[in-house]
Amino acid sequence: MTATIADPKLLRNLADKVLAGHDLAPEEGLALYRGLDLPSLGLLADRVRQRLNPGDQVTYIIDRNLNPTNVCVTDCGFCAFYRSPGDAEAYVLPREVIYRKIDELIAQEGTQLLLQGGHHPALKTEWFAALFADIKKRYPQIWIHGMSPPEITHLAKLEKRSVRSVIEELHAAGLASIPGGGAEILVERVRKIIAPKKASTDEWLDVPRQAAALGLKCTATMMFGHVETDAERVEHLTRVRDLQAECAPFTAFIPWTYQPEHTQMAELVPHKATVAEYLRTLAFARVYLQNVPHLQASFVTQGMKTCQTGLGMGADDFGSVMLEENVVSSAGCSHPASVAEIERHIKDAGYTPQRRNMIYQPRPTPATDRFGRPPRQKAVVSASNPSSSASASASDS
Amino acid sequence: MVTRYQHLDADLARDLVAKAGLGDLWDKVEAGERLSFDDGVRLYETRHLAAVGLMANRVRVRKHGAKTYFNNNLHINYTNVCIYSCKFCAFAAKEGETRAYLMTPADVENKLREYADAPLTEVHMVAGIHPHMGYDYYLDIVRAAKRARPDVHVKAFTMVEIEHMLNISGKSEDEVFRDLREAGLGSCPGGGAEVLTDRVHKAVFFEKTGPDAWLATARKVQQHGFKMNATMLYGHIERTAERVEHLVKLRALQDECGGFMAFIPLAFWPYHTDLENFGHVTTGWMDLRNIAVSRLMLDNFEHIKAYWIMLTPQSAQTALQFGANDIDGTVTEEKITHDAGTSAPMSMRVGELQQLIREAGFTPVQRTTTYEEIGAGA
Repeated sequence: MTATIADPKLLRNLADKVLAGHDLAPEEGLALYRGLDLPSLGLLADRVRQRLNPGDQVTYIIDRNLNPTNVCVTDCGFCAFYRSPGDAEAYVLPREVIYRKIDELIAQEGTQLLLQGGHHPALKTEWFAALFADIKKRYPQIWIHGMSPPEITHLAKLEKRSVRSVIEELHAAGLASIPGGGAEILVERVRKIIAPKKASTDEWLDVPRQAAALGLKCTATMMFGHVETDAERVEHLTRVRDLQAECAPFTAFIPWTYQPEHTQMAELVPHKATVAEYLRTLAFARVYLQNVPHLQASFVTQGMKTCQTGLGMGADDFGSVMLEENVVSSAGCSHPASVAEIERHIKDAGYTPQRRNMIYQPRPTPATDRFGRPPRQKAVVSASNPSSSASASASDS
Repeated sequence: MVTRYQHLDADLARDLVAKAGLGDLWDKVEAGERLSFDDGVRLYETRHLAAVGLMANRVRVRKHGAKTYFNNNLHINYTNVCIYSCKFCAFAAKEGETRAYLMTPADVENKLREYADAPLTEVHMVAGIHPHMGYDYYLDIVRAAKRARPDVHVKAFTMVEIEHMLNISGKSEDEVFRDLREAGLGSCPGGGAEVLTDRVHKAVFFEKTGPDAWLATARKVQQHGFKMNATMLYGHIERTAERVEHLVKLRALQDECGGFMAFIPLAFWPYHTDLENFGHVTTGWMDLRNIAVSRLMLDNFEHIKAYWIMLTPQSAQTALQFGANDIDGTVTEEKITHDAGTSAPMSMRVGELQQLIREAGFTPVQRTTTYEEIGAGA
């Protein structure tokens, strides 16, 4: 086996460039990505994070994943969630189920609905617009973060209309922002293997572009650790960076690793990306993608431990609580997490938890102790009077 | 293709570590100066984890280059019956409980004969302190292991078990260690240290060997020519300063006797223990930080081990880049941490361990218990 060893001088120059806030060219990025040891790359990323997001806060949001339908015609090999039209397990959620889920979200101090689903062959823009309007009528305070770019592309194709007009109609009905799912790897060679029927790279990128023109913010994601090469990961980041430079649609970037369990594509991927690989990629995303303000570590896919470690390597956001997450949990990955666990992990890393909305405005964040639990009121609590401690912890400010 | 990852240029790294508030510690570490207690506390408290990891990784690479050690070992937890009731333990049982078990020397011999053809180099034996097993029992299980596999190194008995033997043998210290050597004991594992402070001892393992007795017994073991490891069980009630105190005490004993091979931070798993409701699974930072800080504080320890049974294989792999140079072994049949709910598998194949090490950018090297290299680790 041959070992590749990067030139230390080159690595130094690239690191200087990163710290000066300049963009690396793709080949430079690749050299840094595979050149530096993990703590070195992590410390560079930490430095960039301190510049872009100074202070001691780590943000998160309480939201709920709502998948109004699992019916999908794209047959992506990496997905364990979807069912084909007519499948016995296919569903479209009725309004009362959706309302109940939103009631639960609000009861748990949630503020955002992450609304994504399959590419249903019959549900059109009008159906989604009516859904959003109904939701906003009942729950005006709920932020609808919904319809990933491939879903919007699907609607435009299905109805032979422009992407912009689809977004416009959905926005008018209550859609507040667009989640960056379905990006996978924004390279055609990869998409032809893993998601040949889904939006192409250019189609995907056009959705945030059109959204930006209408004043909607988006996020961008990357699902890696399957059939893509390192250079293709860098190309993905470059495409995101270029679009951000063009029209600044993105508030945050969210990389995660492919979860192979129960998916058709598992045989193409001998073993899934390791923790070290995830952290390396997260840190690299921070140094390469400096024009996207926030970087999210994802505990839903990576687990609490790894997500927390990411806070030391460039991530400034713990992602969302995702009270329900059907897509990833179908693929055998479930990390039960509560708000308390998120707050405990943020505090354990030396940061202060801060709730936010999609556009990173602060939201009220109840105080917790170092374990993330509502603080007890010490004056009231005593060993001989346990009932008062229970009521005290419930009456948190 | 294997990637050999490089350190960041030293001048720039110094600058970034200084911006993280740790420039003076960088200077000490790079000059080979010993870190103080207060330095240790700062390393635990900084929120710039990568800065700590970067310094630890430099030390690790200076000591060991790309080599990362593993061994081929079998765990035998010969009894779970224990006179002690440590609050962090899910393994111990009392006599008469349905889960209580005791392996006779013949059981130990048979267990090893099941692995007659396995390429084991080490058997690791630790267990509870049984109320009725006499001094000879301990010698007999060592003899039994050697009878079955004379070629295998027996690493057995924590300081808790050694102290117990010294107490019940009715023999002198010299005689006990001579007996153990004659029976075939090769070295001692590092367990039972928990956290070497009086407060933690009183709070969670007050019945068992305390800090002073653990250190005194370790001194005896080392003075009688046995090598041993040292551990720290973290992630329960201990405070930052107590972790540092623990490291400083081990470092002082190592200066005195020099018999410690590896330091092994052990992540506490709370399930089924008395601390289940209080405790939490350790965080990723705690795991990596304990590896990195111990690498930096324990300047007189040759090896820092990322014990994958407690860290999980994935976290252990990351730990290799934060100061650890050893990932332990195949660890077939481990029971103690599995009773406390670890999510790690029961054992790993040699090929899996090698793969884990290579993916982290290092070279796997199989070792004996005492760190002699076996082959090239192919």
